[in-house]
Amino acid sequence: MSTAITLERADTAIPAEAADPAARPAKAGRKDYIRPIDFKHGRVDMNHGAGGRAAAQLIDELFTRAFDNPALRAGDDGAVLDLPPGHRLVMATDGHVISPLSFPGGDIGCLAVHGTVNDVAMMGAVPLALSASFVLEEGFALRELKRIVESMAAAARDAGVPIVTGDTKVVEKGKGDGVFITTTGVGALPARRRIGGAMARPGDVLLLSGCIGDHGVAVLSQRESLGFEATVKSDTAALHGLVAALLAAVPEGAVHTLRDPTRGGLATTLNEIARQAGVGMRLEEAAIPVRAEVEAACELLGLDPLYIANEGKLVAAVAPEHAAAALAALRAHPLGREAARFGTVVDDPHHFVQMATAFGGQRVVDWLTGEPLPRIC
Amino acid sequence: MKYIDEFRDGAVARAMASRIAAECEPGRSYAFMEFCGGHTHAIARYGITELLPPAIRMIHGPGCPVCVLPIGRIDQAISLALTHGAIVATYGDTMRVPASGALSMMKAKARGADIRMVYSAADALAIARANPAREVVFFAIGFETTTPPTALVVKQAAAEGLQNFSVLACHVLTPSAIAHMLESEEAQKMGAVPIQGFVGPAHVSIVIGSKPYEPFAAQHRKPVVISGFEPLDVMQSIWMLVRQVNEGRAEVENQFTRAVTREGNLAAQRAVAEVFELRESFEWRGLGDVAFSALRLKPEWAAFDAERRFPLDYRAVPDHKQCECGAILRGVKAPVDCKLFGTVCTPENPMGSCMVSSEGACAAHWTYGRFRDIAVVGVAA
Repeated sequence: MSTAITLERADTAIPAEAADPAARPAKAGRKDYIRPIDFKHGRVDMNHGAGGRAAAQLIDELFTRAFDNPALRAGDDGAVLDLPPGHRLVMATDGHVISPLSFPGGDIGCLAVHGTVNDVAMMGAVPLALSASFVLEEGFALRELKRIVESMAAAARDAGVPIVTGDTKVVEKGKGDGVFITTTGVGALPARRRIGGAMARPGDVLLLSGCIGDHGVAVLSQRESLGFEATVKSDTAALHGLVAALLAAVPEGAVHTLRDPTRGGLATTLNEIARQAGVGMRLEEAAIPVRAEVEAACELLGLDPLYIANEGKLVAAVAPEHAAAALAALRAHPLGREAARFGTVVDDPHHFVQMATAFGGQRVVDWLTGEPLPRIC
Repeated sequence: MKYIDEFRDGAVARAMASRIAAECEPGRSYAFMEFCGGHTHAIARYGITELLPPAIRMIHGPGCPVCVLPIGRIDQAISLALTHGAIVATYGDTMRVPASGALSMMKAKARGADIRMVYSAADALAIARANPAREVVFFAIGFETTTPPTALVVKQAAAEGLQNFSVLACHVLTPSAIAHMLESEEAQKMGAVPIQGFVGPAHVSIVIGSKPYEPFAAQHRKPVVISGFEPLDVMQSIWMLVRQVNEGRAEVENQFTRAVTREGNLAAQRAVAEVFELRESFEWRGLGDVAFSALRLKPEWAAFDAERRFPLDYRAVPDHKQCECGAILRGVKAPVDCKLFGTVCTPENPMGSCMVSSEGACAAHWTYGRFRDIAVVGVAA
């Protein structure tokens, strides 16, 4: 029972990486040899969350090895980080529960890194480090877990933001959906910088860093009940580089609001900002970039791209005199090539987000109500 | 998108708008009902109201399949899942419709009911195949558009000898609903229904053809223009209606010629006739009991009829007293005339059926058009 994960192992050969002394934590003697985890056929069992040897082994052989950094290697209860002088701390957290776990363009692992890095970046802060908390379902394939953790590690490496502390819990079969990952990020914010939803003001120009709806459609296309093949890939990406490029291109204080339109899509994000700042907005539908494939998929499913999730896009409210420079900076960055100016912040006590439709009419772009459900007609 | 963008062209829309305005006779006003939720949605989403001259008023009709579904029917579907332990497969937009006991299918699901959202009747059949040990019921709702697929899956289930599949048939008929409105008490009392013409259904008409509208167009002297669901379709149809009214005609005209014929889809009609028969009466939310307005499975398909397979009682449940959905669905009142609209009744917390689906008159007005109720403030972009 206690070593269920190793019982299924047929061959006794030690994998190359397990034999590599550099990759394994130093042991006092050679007596406590532990059979390496079978990442090919093994499954998560309750022992992996019990805090005993199996849990420690999983942490050593999987998480520490993949995320490898000095803070994690120290093996303490928490990580100690340096905050650059003249900076304040920004903290953000994000839980990731996604079905399916993998989708075109990414998986829950890289999503868990990008989501939180972006939340920190949207505050105008430089992301410093992440924590990761895993809730695993009993019976979840270790091979799958390894793939997700490695994807997470790669995303963190690419973003230059280490995962410095973490936690793993196991829930009984049927009480989870494979794996849930919660990440928390901290970042350094220059002491005088103020970027936030409440900072948007009438006259501001609204910029969008690229096409909307890619992530949501990529995920939808993988749902079992929807048998359509989409060529759309998730846009999941870490946006702190794009934010840095944007902020460097305009004077401090020119960018009032930054936000990534994730769940609920662009429409919901804009309504959040309108409410926070006590303003209204006027949008130009024709100026909002949407990929033809996304438009087509939404058409088929009776959904509206404005309400579809994004994981690698940002919205910025920028002082009008610096809007041109800001847009140019976004477009000069690989993640902002399709950036567009799509609206203006206006004075409106009702906080309506209104849109001139491409057809020539006018309408409200409201909050998303509940889950986006397809229409039958 | 090719073949779609052409029907959403802003420049053509502006040209069409000026043609409609030119067609309107000075001093005359026009009130048309778009029967279908699909048209209501198109009008709201593309902001067509803005493009029409003030003399034209569009009234949102009862053609939203989710909106006319009575609470009693949703209660039945929920009880199938909660009490009888069946897997209930349903189209997505019924999930949020409020039912009795502060429930909805979505809330019932949270209480453990096995309710699954499907995109087609065929998906429901696939669930039945995959779960041979469970009863699977397809909650078959909708107008003539969704009826043929239900007929086909019933036939398919029979052909495969599936023992665990049935449908809760709530399919309703468009022509009887329109006739019912024109013959309603209010209509008689007011001398005439305020509606001067109908934008006729798009997808429904593909199935039933344009012929079924001819009797009441003639009898009630109301023009009908069958219209596609694209915004330019709707505008062209409104233009055609204005012309009919001006010329004193009351004909069935077909704007949606790229899909609708006079006879309709005969194969689909045959499949429906094979599996379904008329109900003597069916409750519509907002309209009440309407004679010969819905379908049930014929006795020979009883094995696939959830109403026969399970001990289901039908209990009519009245709407909130102040809810004006009935009058709104009949075109007698507008959403803003209802005391509940936008106060206790919003898309997040719908009290009445018109607020539930985005095709509903109230939800469409709330979501896309409520800025028109308030003097517009602020500066233009």
